[in-house]
Amino acid sequence: MATAAAHQTARADADGTADEAARTAAAYEAVFDAAVAADERIEPRDWMPDAYRSTLVRQIAQHAHSEIIGMQPEANWITRAPSLRRKAILMAKVQDEAGHGLYLYSAAETLGTSRDELLDKLHNGRQKYSSIFNYPTLTWADVGAIGWLVDGAAITNQVPLCRCSYGPYARAMVRVCKEESFHQRQGYESLLALSRGTPEQHEMAQDAVNRWWWPSLMMFGPPDDESAHSAQSMAWKIKRHSNDELRQRFVDICVPQAESLGLTLPDPELRWNEERGHHDFGAIDWTEFWEVLKGNGPCNEQRMTQRRQAHEEGAWVREAAAAYADKQATGKARA
Amino acid sequence: MTVTAGSPAALALGDDALVLSHRLGEWAGRAPVLEEDVALANIALDLLGQARVLLSMAGDEDELAYLREERAFRNLQLVEQPNGDFAHTIARQLYFSTYQRLLYAELAAGDGEFAPLAAKAVKEVAYHQDHAEHWTLRLGDGTAESHERMRRACEALWRYTGEMFQPVEGVDVDWPALQGHWLASVSAVLRRATLDTPEGPRTGAWSAGAGRQGLHTEPFGRMLAEMQHLHRSHPGASW
Repeated sequence: MATAAAHQTARADADGTADEAARTAAAYEAVFDAAVAADERIEPRDWMPDAYRSTLVRQIAQHAHSEIIGMQPEANWITRAPSLRRKAILMAKVQDEAGHGLYLYSAAETLGTSRDELLDKLHNGRQKYSSIFNYPTLTWADVGAIGWLVDGAAITNQVPLCRCSYGPYARAMVRVCKEESFHQRQGYESLLALSRGTPEQHEMAQDAVNRWWWPSLMMFGPPDDESAHSAQSMAWKIKRHSNDELRQRFVDICVPQAESLGLTLPDPELRWNEERGHHDFGAIDWTEFWEVLKGNGPCNEQRMTQRRQAHEEGAWVREAAAAYADKQATGKARA
Repeated sequence: MTVTAGSPAALALGDDALVLSHRLGEWAGRAPVLEEDVALANIALDLLGQARVLLSMAGDEDELAYLREERAFRNLQLVEQPNGDFAHTIARQLYFSTYQRLLYAELAAGDGEFAPLAAKAVKEVAYHQDHAEHWTLRLGDGTAESHERMRRACEALWRYTGEMFQPVEGVDVDWPALQGHWLASVSAVLRRATLDTPEGPRTGAWSAGAGRQGLHTEPFGRMLAEMQHLHRSHPGASW
């Protein structure tokens, strides 16, 4: 009897605590929802739903990984850049990308993860990076096409993120977008020089645009009816526009730019639709998109191998830096 | 194609910066930590900026960079050495940035044609030396493995350090004094890094000053082939 009574009391206590916890969580959640509704920024010390936190970690990490994997296709041309001016521009750009990676890992770390942990997840394939970087840079013109189209698509995606509900991410995006727009203009200018150059250069530029156009449209992600995270991200104001809206915006921006570049976009169905006030465009090859995402794109293997190799070959350097720092700290403590 | 060039001094200093910048550019996306991707690219960019000013003093920067053949380059053999592992790259940086800092400080203080460039570049080069020095300390006085790698790198590159003090025509500095300061500075850093100053010869197989006379090491030709290929494939094109 005594035992049963004790059980009952314990259960009642536990229920009481659980109720209280539930009430507290609901109160926190209400505060969070109100802040999001009022377009206030959520900051690292604020309470946030676990799913909001994990969605942000996933998105910011993927964004950071994209910056560092994205160094590879462009760095591929640093040693072959055709003029010293272009070489300087390209080096500065690749350096900026490493810097963007750093901002973004820092933003992710405010959510209670660490850069090392995220890099591990990248290296063992548990976190992804943008599918675009699994395409090869085959000619110099690809560097210009990446600047114009890939950075252009990135900016279209990222400008709304400057108003994202999570403060550290939004602030990182403000800095990233400034530098990205600069790169995008440089890419456009580089393509323009090629387009107006010799016939061989013009052909090189057109070929690059032909190869990068569709992969750039895929950067906005799957169509709205197949996008797993969209609805919740929009409700949380992490995302402000749907994939298809942003993709349409990008197409509308690119069409006149292609005209002034003197280059064509490789889509026979691309035309102005007076009624919609937008350009209609052809169907995206979603099979290709999902294949690339699954790891079967032209460069997935190569990109990951180089990344893992850089990390593994650098291990002794990181260990040395840590050992030296320890010695310095011990030395100072002793002194 | 023969490219005629003016000042041999501008070429020598410009080629040093151009070639080392290229080597550092090969690290992009391959550094041990992201911070080093930023730092190495930063140094490469500074050097490329210096190269462009110096080569423009001697002629057209792109013609000089892309249309000269190996025998016409005047850079030190040190800067054309392949990157090797991170210790190798850092040893090369330590040797060269110490030299460049001492040289540019002296040029900046004078009133020769290189004074304005040197005055700006010496600030960048001070940063490069600081970076190399800190990594020399971390690697030399880090783990047993990093110590051994750094020791090997310092030894391997030592033979290329003598040519730095071969007088360059048109560069008005006290070369023997420069060499003395360089040895003192590098030895002090190595000592703090628990490393010995290498004892081997400092002139390699060629006589000192080989690079300055257009006599290079084998890896350099391949480096130029990669660097110049695209430019040479489109004669007369602008980019």
